[in-house]
Amino acid sequence: MEVVIQQLVNGLFLGSIYALLALGYTMVYGIIKLINFAHGEIYMLGGFMGYFFINKLSLGFFPALLLSMVGAAVIGVVIEFLAYRPLRKSTRIAALITAIGVSFLLQNGMIYWLGPEKKSFPQAIEFKNYQLGFIQISNIQVLILVISLVLMIALQLIVKKTKMGKAMRAVSVDADAAQLMGINVNRTISFTFALGSALAAAAGMLIGLYYNSIDPMMGVVPGLKSFVAAVLGGIGIIPGAALGGFVIGLLETITIALGFSDYKDAVVYALLIIILLIRPAGILGKNIKEKV
Amino acid sequence: MKKFSFLFASLFLLAACGPAAGGGASGGGNKAEGDTIKIGMNMELSGDVSAYGNAEKEGITLAVEEINEAGGVLGKKLELIEKDNKSENGEATSVAANLTAKDKVVAVVGPATSGATKATIPNMTKAAVPVITPSGTDDSITVVNDKVQEYIFRACFQDTFQGVILANFAQDNLKAKNVVIIGDNSSDYAIGLTKSFKDTFKGKIAKEETFTAGDKDFQAILTKIKDLDYDAIYIPGYYAEAGLIIKQAREMGIDKPILGADGFGDEKLVEIAGAKNVSDVYYTGHFSEKAPATDKVKPFVEAFKKKYDKQPSAFNALGYDSVYMLKQAMEDKDSADSKDITAGLASLKDFVGVTGKMTMDKDHNPEKSAVVLGLTEGKETSADAVNP
Repeated sequence: MEVVIQQLVNGLFLGSIYALLALGYTMVYGIIKLINFAHGEIYMLGGFMGYFFINKLSLGFFPALLLSMVGAAVIGVVIEFLAYRPLRKSTRIAALITAIGVSFLLQNGMIYWLGPEKKSFPQAIEFKNYQLGFIQISNIQVLILVISLVLMIALQLIVKKTKMGKAMRAVSVDADAAQLMGINVNRTISFTFALGSALAAAAGMLIGLYYNSIDPMMGVVPGLKSFVAAVLGGIGIIPGAALGGFVIGLLETITIALGFSDYKDAVVYALLIIILLIRPAGILGKNIKEKV
Repeated sequence: MKKFSFLFASLFLLAACGPAAGGGASGGGNKAEGDTIKIGMNMELSGDVSAYGNAEKEGITLAVEEINEAGGVLGKKLELIEKDNKSENGEATSVAANLTAKDKVVAVVGPATSGATKATIPNMTKAAVPVITPSGTDDSITVVNDKVQEYIFRACFQDTFQGVILANFAQDNLKAKNVVIIGDNSSDYAIGLTKSFKDTFKGKIAKEETFTAGDKDFQAILTKIKDLDYDAIYIPGYYAEAGLIIKQAREMGIDKPILGADGFGDEKLVEIAGAKNVSDVYYTGHFSEKAPATDKVKPFVEAFKKKYDKQPSAFNALGYDSVYMLKQAMEDKDSADSKDITAGLASLKDFVGVTGKMTMDKDHNPEKSAVVLGLTEGKETSADAVNP
């Protein structure tokens, strides 16, 4: 029993990273119906930016986290402006292929620039273990969970309570009508990319700190899995993405704990197929009006 | 990308057919022409395991420079043709074809890893050009279906041997009775290591867990084994995942000895795991300054330090030895034609390298002893020579 609970706790931490990433997918999809496959690469860039801010500028972890979130937000906006905006009136498949292209460009660009080797992420925060009853948690795990939750709540507040959030919701329902009401659609979309990218960068840095290892291809698998998480929760729905992330993290951990570690990816995709068959809109997929 | 490399591979294969067929009449293989002897290097200079490839390249380059400064081989200078196989099997195949057919090399060093080396076997055999892999330890590189591969040799020991050494080390030196295995299930290398360990180890395997290359989270596996009764953890796998397992295990409070094979032998292991976590970790090495196998070690270490300003690793040493093995084979047969080099390598006897004194057995594997290196806080603190 104790082992089971410890495993669930392990799954929770893994899940919070998927959740952070899934939020970016879901927001971008919600607003312009684009699956932004370059999102996993923003996560990777976030990890590398953190690496440089801590190593080269000798910043502490939190200033570096903020800076790389800002940096990733800028990169996200630039990518949207250069790669997606010109295609906004094209078919959705064209935009999707462009997103895949951007993803390859970022991977290979980083490999060309820095080499393909794994880099060890600076351990900016001293590792500590806590024993809560029989459950063992490290300070870094707590940090991951707390930062993820804070960012998710902040995002929810931005979307629900601010003017920009209102604009995002409006654009997601009907971009043309929103424009007629005086909403600057382009700026709203840029803002969405900035938000999603900042969250991805935070996830990248947290993972770097947790596993102490970053490389240019690190975004591929988590990117795909958090996309699955977004679809699972109901793509376009923010709480759905967070839920989907946690579900996948838990599912993966449980699969390994049961001794099927070789099939953990297969189980994730099998779940996706089952959900799509019995509940095509995703777990929280009823709410159609309020998607962002 | 994959598709393209296959396309290129098949183009090179086609290109290789022409000259090879023509040469077939005169017995195949490439001959040394002009006043240089061309040898090829098929290495993982970029990609997943580029750390190995680049390390071996340093050793190979040093050996070639030394040989040329000392007058070359048979009065001719060695010319090294370097090619990158990007750590991809398909790419390694096309590099092999390219080196043998286009550059007409008489022998090839590399690839560094087992999978890539195996991928080059058909091309090398067809071209009748010998290849030495400095560090491909998988058994089935040199012997496939009980048939010895005529042109394939290695400078390192093979996996069965490493598994046997580690099982003996666990029993005799660590006095382990129960062992947990956490093995990479996606590479031939690790699967071979697991098998030979299990065949030799007389104690109990308390639990066997598997992972796939590229995995990062091992909390679930480690949580499962944490409270089991065992004396050591055996991790057949490469440094990237092993580093993460060591880090996560130590942070979780698992302080049992950790054993691994030569895939641990990279400084990245310590970087990824964090130096303070790498204690009570043991792995088989091909080379150690602390337990020098021959008197060639000292001059090698000095020359290496002078050229690269750092300590040589086992992979530097194996690359270095591979080139000298070729030199010895050429001198033994007094010829630099690939057929003769092949015969020379097959009958190599009492060759003194920096990784040991070797004699090639009938299966093209060098017979030599292994060193088990022990790490404390990331530093090499013990070295035991272990015989099979």
